[in-house]
Amino acid sequence: MNLFFARRDGGEGCRRAFYNGPSFSHHAEAMAVHRLELRGITKQYPGVLANDDVSLAVAPGEIHAVLGENGAGKSTLVKIVYGVIAPDAGEILWNGRPVRLRAPDDARALGIGMVFQHFQLFETLTVAQNVSLGLPAGRASRGDEASLASLIERYRLDLRPDAYVGDLSIGERQRVELLRALATRPQLLILDEPTSVLSFAARAALFSTLRQLASEGCSIVYISHKLAEIRDLCDRCTVLRAGRTVATVDPRSMSQEALATLMLGSAVNEIRVPASRAGGEPLLGVRGLSICAPPGQRVGLRDVSFELRAGEILGVAGMSGNGQGLLFSALSGEETGVPHDAIHLMGRPAGNLGPVERRALGLRAIPEERLGRGSVPDMGLDENVLLTLPAAQATRRGWLRRRHLVAAAARIIDRYGVKAVSPRTPARNLSGGNLQKFVVGRELEGAPRVLVAAQPTWGVDVGAAMRIREALIGLRHAGGAALIISEDIDELLAICDRVAVMAGGSLSPAMARDRLNAEILSRWMEGRWDHDPA
Amino acid sequence: MIQLEPRVSASRWAAWLSPLAALALTMAGGAALFALLGVDPWQGLRLFLVEPFNGLYAWGELAVKSAPLALCAVGLSICFRANVWNIGAEGQLVAGAVAGAGVALLAGPETWRGYVCLVMVAGMLGGMAWAAVTAWLKDRYGANEMLVSLMLTYVIQLLLGYLVFGPWRDPYGFNFPQSRSFEEAALLPALWEGTRAHAGWLLALLAVVGAWLFLSRFHAGFRLRVAGAAPAAARYAGYSSRQALWASMLTCGALAGLAGIGEVAGPMQRLTSSVSPGYGFAAVIAAFLGRLHPAGAFAASIVMAALYIGGELAQSRLGMPASIVGIFQGLALALLLLGDTLVRYRIRLRHPFGAARGWHG
Repeated sequence: MNLFFARRDGGEGCRRAFYNGPSFSHHAEAMAVHRLELRGITKQYPGVLANDDVSLAVAPGEIHAVLGENGAGKSTLVKIVYGVIAPDAGEILWNGRPVRLRAPDDARALGIGMVFQHFQLFETLTVAQNVSLGLPAGRASRGDEASLASLIERYRLDLRPDAYVGDLSIGERQRVELLRALATRPQLLILDEPTSVLSFAARAALFSTLRQLASEGCSIVYISHKLAEIRDLCDRCTVLRAGRTVATVDPRSMSQEALATLMLGSAVNEIRVPASRAGGEPLLGVRGLSICAPPGQRVGLRDVSFELRAGEILGVAGMSGNGQGLLFSALSGEETGVPHDAIHLMGRPAGNLGPVERRALGLRAIPEERLGRGSVPDMGLDENVLLTLPAAQATRRGWLRRRHLVAAAARIIDRYGVKAVSPRTPARNLSGGNLQKFVVGRELEGAPRVLVAAQPTWGVDVGAAMRIREALIGLRHAGGAALIISEDIDELLAICDRVAVMAGGSLSPAMARDRLNAEILSRWMEGRWDHDPA
Repeated sequence: MIQLEPRVSASRWAAWLSPLAALALTMAGGAALFALLGVDPWQGLRLFLVEPFNGLYAWGELAVKSAPLALCAVGLSICFRANVWNIGAEGQLVAGAVAGAGVALLAGPETWRGYVCLVMVAGMLGGMAWAAVTAWLKDRYGANEMLVSLMLTYVIQLLLGYLVFGPWRDPYGFNFPQSRSFEEAALLPALWEGTRAHAGWLLALLAVVGAWLFLSRFHAGFRLRVAGAAPAAARYAGYSSRQALWASMLTCGALAGLAGIGEVAGPMQRLTSSVSPGYGFAAVIAAFLGRLHPAGAFAASIVMAALYIGGELAQSRLGMPASIVGIFQGLALALLLLGDTLVRYRIRLRHPFGAARGWHG
């Protein structure tokens, strides 16, 4: 993927040369004052030492990665730097001077900007109002629509300042977060897993924005567990494992495997990309499916058609908010009012069928929202198994088979490596990645022939993501089929046989993976596929 | 400045301790009230804490009062679990009393002894019909069930008034607004000689066990709980929210209707213009005190029944106003809500300047 970026963005090399490159920051800058330096940061939570003597130094204009698995302590470290929580021990130096950050306002006053992984936006306010609220009282004029429009234009954020955040998709909200951080004109910008929801084109734009900011002297702390991105973007990389600094390295001089080993502490196998192959009989067919935009949403579905055949994985790429949510609900059966003939499941019309009937036909769905939709937060895992279990298996003579449910939950915990205290642990108590493993496992245990999954590995750590992808490929080998709706292009290209793109509620033709390239994808994401041969 | 911060995980222990603490504080508040009114606090509290449990007759009274409370509270627990905010159990109770009384008045001296079962069924159907009005308005027009169910309570009370002042008035009743006494065959049998306890209490116990099993051991109960706890998950699973609405409303209507006819065919033995001293509303408090669990609701109903009895004793023995019961009920509910807030949130005291830089990052 790195090649694509370089090819698309011809100016990148020049810009990087202008900014002196990493060698400068390593040697010459080592003498100079660091923009941010952390010494011996320690933070103890009940039962877990989140940060244990972590040290980190970021030079002006440096793009510095903080790499680590989920739970390695990245988020805690970031919250300390942003003044959200106070460390138990350790020192923070800002431009060489020790500082104490008591609140995020202190951090913002120093010039630290932050883009959160989990959005901190007011849904009932507009983009412009959200940005204004993030600014100090005296600087609110930076949040007016004209100056925002120029920021949006400059960094290609594709947002309307007067749009209400509640109407925006996840991808768009992420860009509002970025916009809000940029409006404060930060000297140090922290990004926490920013690309997990960005499209291919948007990520390329983000990276060139970040490089541009770095060349203007802004330091960037880039939190991620995506190795390829870090090697592509960052000058230096601090690796955290179980709350400790393992190493600080130049990511470009290391192989991806070596970085992964540093992060995980043991060598990992990269997923073997399966060879693309011709599909079998069609399992799921969608023909001319159109649905009006539901109230409060901008995009409906426009004449969507595709066919999913046995033994294949079909990817649906595209920025979120282009109708993916509606497509998912229409396929899972949650959306009512789908024309009966528009969806065929196992060769039968299925548009009028509800989720239970579709499950009986062999379709399983994994929604993007794991907590509250894929699972009931306050119910134990055993009861969450019941959520999608066919009634015939769930009951015996009308009574719930409670022991059977506990055993089923225990089996999922065991087989899919879910970290849970017990099969009765409430879903709420699981981390995002573990809950996703549980939901994926639960649906796979239902022996689906067709699996529809939205963002199956979003926010999931590397090891778990790999296990989930392997499971999807296993389903394909067993003669099933999967439809993956994802904004993560790398993931789609890694596991899908064919990929289609959603834009503006329409779906492009699906193209075999080996014939896709970045040009086609970025053109398709803008909705221009009419002239391309499928 | 005081700020509320959500706790990372609310303790299960605290969730059950909160009602107990609320009751203890209610008693403390009651003691303070008595002291202010110039009554020895212990003498006042005795009427609420000791007298209702003192002797066989007192236990009978407790059973008489807790039966309708428990029936309504169990029904309301099911509604609230399903995220259906029916607060009109009082109206459904009255509807059950009216419908059941209509059937009971048809019985004559020669009627078969099991006729009372028919009366009970009629009461349940009456309550269900009244609940169905609310369910239908919500289902069909999206009307707010809280308002509709509450307002319908006043409608049925007017209908009850019309009946006992008009067509059903006892011609030999000295113009009192009440029907004639029911025949023996239409009355619930007494449980113990020497008390007023009647078979309605057994029906309440049956409802508690049934609701408990329904919610925890049956698929339909599970679907209902999912619909209440996570509507998006219910849609994803394919559970119908309409089904949850109708099932919970009709169940609550049936139980509240049974409570109503149980009152009329039990201790009252005739239909009067005031069927219930607000059992349907007190049951809302009992349902929450009992953590929306049928067994909890049952235990809380006994507590609420003791409050009613204590209030009556306070009126007759200490000359307190009738509103004393309302004060105790209100205190209990307010303190319970406060306790539940503290279970889920912690209080942070912040420096005024610190509060200004609150974190909205």
